[in-house]
Amino acid sequence: MLYIKCPYCGLRAQKEFSYGGDATVKRPNINEEVSSEDWDKFVYMRKSPRGKHVELWQHIAGCRQWIKVQRDTATHEIFQTAKVTEEIR
Amino acid sequence: MSQPFRLNKEGLINRNKKISFTFNGKKLFGYEGDTIASALIANGIHLVGRSFKYHRPRGFFGAGVEEPNAKLQVEFNGHSEPNVNATEMELVEGLSATSQNCWPSVNFDVGAINNFLKMFFPAGFYYKTFMWPKSFWYKIYEPFIRKAAGLGVASIEKDKERYEHKFEYCDLLVTGSGPSGLASAYAAAKNGAKVILAEDKPRFGGTLLTDDVSIDNLSGKDWAEKIITELKSMPNVTVKNRSQVFGYYDHNMLVMFERVSDHLEKKSKFTPRQRLWYIRAKETILSTGSIERPIVFGNNDTPGIFLSAAAKEYMKVYGVLVGKKPLIFTNNDSAYETALEFKKNNVEPIILDTREEHSSELIDEAKSKGIDIRFSHGVIVANGYKKVKSAKIGKLNKDKNSFEKIETIECDCICVSGFWTPSVHLASQSGNKLKYEEKIDAFIPDKKKQHETSVGAANGSFTLEESLKHGFENGSNLSAKITETKTEISIPNVNEKKYGAHDKFWCMPLPKNENPKRFVDFQNDVSVSDIEIALREGYRSIEHVKRYTTLGMATDQGRTSNLNGLQLVSNIENKIVPEVGHTTFRPPFTPITIGTIVGREVGMEYMPTRKTPMHEWHEKNNAVFVDAGAWKRPRYYKQGNETLFEASKREAKNVRENVGICDVTTLGKIDIKGPDAAEFLNRVYTNAWMKLPVGKARYGLMLREDGIVMDDGTTTRISENHYHMTTTTAQAANILSHLEYYLQIVWPELNVNVVSTTEQWAGAAIAGPKSRDMLSKLYPDLDVSNDALPFMGYREAEFFGVPSRIFRISFSGELAYEINVKSDHGMFMWEKMMEVGKEFGNQPYGTEALSTLRIEMGHVAGPELDGRTIPSDVSLNGLVSKKKDFIGKNSLGREAFNVESRQKIVGLIPIDRKSSIPEGSHIVQDQNAKLPNPKLGHVSSSCWSVENNNPFSLAIMKDGKNMIGKKFFAVSPLKNKSIEVEVISSHYVDPEGKRVRS
Ligand SMILES: [Zn+2]
Repeated sequence: MLYIKCPYCGLRAQKEFSYGGDATVKRPNINEEVSSEDWDKFVYMRKSPRGKHVELWQHIAGCRQWIKVQRDTATHEIFQTAKVTEEIR
Repeated sequence: MSQPFRLNKEGLINRNKKISFTFNGKKLFGYEGDTIASALIANGIHLVGRSFKYHRPRGFFGAGVEEPNAKLQVEFNGHSEPNVNATEMELVEGLSATSQNCWPSVNFDVGAINNFLKMFFPAGFYYKTFMWPKSFWYKIYEPFIRKAAGLGVASIEKDKERYEHKFEYCDLLVTGSGPSGLASAYAAAKNGAKVILAEDKPRFGGTLLTDDVSIDNLSGKDWAEKIITELKSMPNVTVKNRSQVFGYYDHNMLVMFERVSDHLEKKSKFTPRQRLWYIRAKETILSTGSIERPIVFGNNDTPGIFLSAAAKEYMKVYGVLVGKKPLIFTNNDSAYETALEFKKNNVEPIILDTREEHSSELIDEAKSKGIDIRFSHGVIVANGYKKVKSAKIGKLNKDKNSFEKIETIECDCICVSGFWTPSVHLASQSGNKLKYEEKIDAFIPDKKKQHETSVGAANGSFTLEESLKHGFENGSNLSAKITETKTEISIPNVNEKKYGAHDKFWCMPLPKNENPKRFVDFQNDVSVSDIEIALREGYRSIEHVKRYTTLGMATDQGRTSNLNGLQLVSNIENKIVPEVGHTTFRPPFTPITIGTIVGREVGMEYMPTRKTPMHEWHEKNNAVFVDAGAWKRPRYYKQGNETLFEASKREAKNVRENVGICDVTTLGKIDIKGPDAAEFLNRVYTNAWMKLPVGKARYGLMLREDGIVMDDGTTTRISENHYHMTTTTAQAANILSHLEYYLQIVWPELNVNVVSTTEQWAGAAIAGPKSRDMLSKLYPDLDVSNDALPFMGYREAEFFGVPSRIFRISFSGELAYEINVKSDHGMFMWEKMMEVGKEFGNQPYGTEALSTLRIEMGHVAGPELDGRTIPSDVSLNGLVSKKKDFIGKNSLGREAFNVESRQKIVGLIPIDRKSSIPEGSHIVQDQNAKLPNPKLGHVSSSCWSVENNNPFSLAIMKDGKNMIGKKFFAVSPLKNKSIEVEVISSHYVDPEGKRVRS
């Protein structure tokens, strides 16, 4: 079970979180023209990296904030967590 | 009742307390502190089971977790448990143990014929024999394998015991209380760290209990006791015996299995049987010790053959002799301690040492005590079927591959030692890639992956001095980093015997023309020849050899067999062991009960039960409940001997004719507030929301970004910046997360807050042509006319003195209202409605009638919104705005979503107007067509239309409305039904929707 540091609540067990996918995907702006290719990329295309990956988790059984987690997909090592408004380099 | 193999005074058992038990029906006794194994050996019983494949007689081999053979069916404290390790299970009064895998008895086993037919059971036997023909598998092969090759029998009784889970956090977890574990725990405790010390066995001390050593002038045992006593007195230390850390998971979480009360004769009501600990440790000390490995020789599985350290443990801990004419067969010095212990108890051992004559402290001591030592000797084959009677021994030539001399000597037990294998399971599970240590012919931990440090024998240090030193140092350093306190501890003086070098010898050669079985893996009956076959047949990778031969795959995880297996493969393949590599170590280290894994999450506690405020009323009025997620909802209210079908028909009909009330508390409710709330809803829903006036509700449809319908429901504008959203019961939690996602991540610029209010409001729907009349009685001061409170209107008013919300919305398709009051007033509201509704013929209705009502109206719900449908598939494209953008809009243009032949919603009625159409039926053109019969669609929801008095179904079907008027078959192989149906509109009743507006 992972041990995830919620930027609001501190280190909490994985049980309290739910996974939310790739955090680097950016939704095309609302009310703006978007090409089919870009839209399809946003909806369907995801990288599946082995290694470092910035992903979204939601602290559903805690503060209910969505957060960013930089995790190694192979080893589960967590390098960094951040608020969604913050950048992870 | 004498115990012929019990020593007079040795041991740590309590001789003042006799414990009686039975083995295979025979009444026996042992002492408090015995294991089943030690008590049986004390009684001279060695034959305890039959082997897995060949049904060969098997006895005890070890004295703890390493035991591969002695798995018993044990009945105690009122339950029966299979595969109990006799060397670990403590004796309790009244315990009854029986042998497994034998029929009719362990002494005469029909299956032993397999032993003589062993040409049929070579490696890969299961793969080769049972592959073909496929049809034989279910009826012939599987039952055969189950009967012939079973372990114990799992009980089918309900487990009445209590199991618990515990979550714990600590600075340092120490796994094992041998010398290095005690030292680590002690040093860390002195630094003020929060320490958990776990010991698998009932007694603390590990090898200190059996080794002839002294620490600071105390015996090993006394020193261990002193340290444990001090640790127990410290508030920052938790000391647990009978607790095995069996798994090492991510982020330094370890799982421990505690046997809380299996050893107790009596326990209080709420004492759990076993407990599972989830321990998050900042640092972990792995002081798991090592396990002796055997030397392989002919018939090495005969009862009476022991690991030499186990023989010593039986003497020193239990005061039990494993035999009175022991042969000690060794390649190293440690077995000499066993020989000396025998000698001390007036038993004359003979030592066979594979090494050439040489000298060491232990050899010299054995010599001086007059023990018969034969160098360059080993056991070729053990004689005796159910018990060792003698051994053919040989003097090895210099090449150690042939014999100078062979003779047979009498013995009643053989104690074998092939040196020591560090227990690296936990280190390996933590992600540590192990490295092969040539010096000890075994793997030890390499670079750490998590916060784990192996010390002592687990790290390949086999001297006490080194173990203690590493323990103290690591315990101190690791904890000092956490507590920032360092207490100096002087490392105690140690007195131990110096061991000479061991012999890298692990398997006895066989003389010409002799071919006894030489087992590598006892529990799975894997012999040297099986592994040879696997390699001959081309299996090279150790993981493949493992699976083909089943080497190391039994419940003992190959604790005594893995390294010998690797040695054999490396010899044949001419590789060195590290090239062959090792197989994966997986948790659990030893089998644990399913009950412990489940913990308290059984029965009612399996998941929380959500009840509405009106639940008690439903219960009192014969509601039959149905699960809706965690909620309990009334499915129907049973009157007399009514069936579900009859009751739901009555309830639905009453709604169509009079009025009914339904508990709709379970609907998801979300409060949405903020100046940008309208804009947010406009983006979330497919339809337009900017112009919804205060005091009005609107039906809305939500999509996922891929265009698939996610949920539907009504949202009401309570005030300027305040909306009340409802979701389906099932999607409530997902929708809240969905909204939070967009507000927090995608559009943080929107000033909107969302919060779940599902449990704040109790809800009741009032539906039927007489609902307005009933409503006017419920709200005598309110104008409830169609003009004042039109369809999709909203009012706030006092409900007999309590604040309430009135929504004129309808799921049933009838003129209907939904009333919400604060949850605390839910029961009051419901009872008032029942009272006031009497004169209008009001009856409560459940989810079954609710379904009937919505299906015949063609209202879609979960079965239609199944994660595959887009708005136009379910005739909701009228709700999709062309003018504005919203979540998922861009996906609706996809080509596949716009083909004419796409599966869309239709209605179905049976041609005979009688046969109900099973949900899930496939729609086909020709019911007799050859399989696979092309599927044109499926039946999503079915009901008995109370309006038309015949069955009616909704279906999602190719070409949708173009099929109206055509006839097909709805086939359900599951129900063995095929029904001719006609396609009609999905709006079977009131297609214009007049009633809701009336
Ligand atoms: Zn949080």
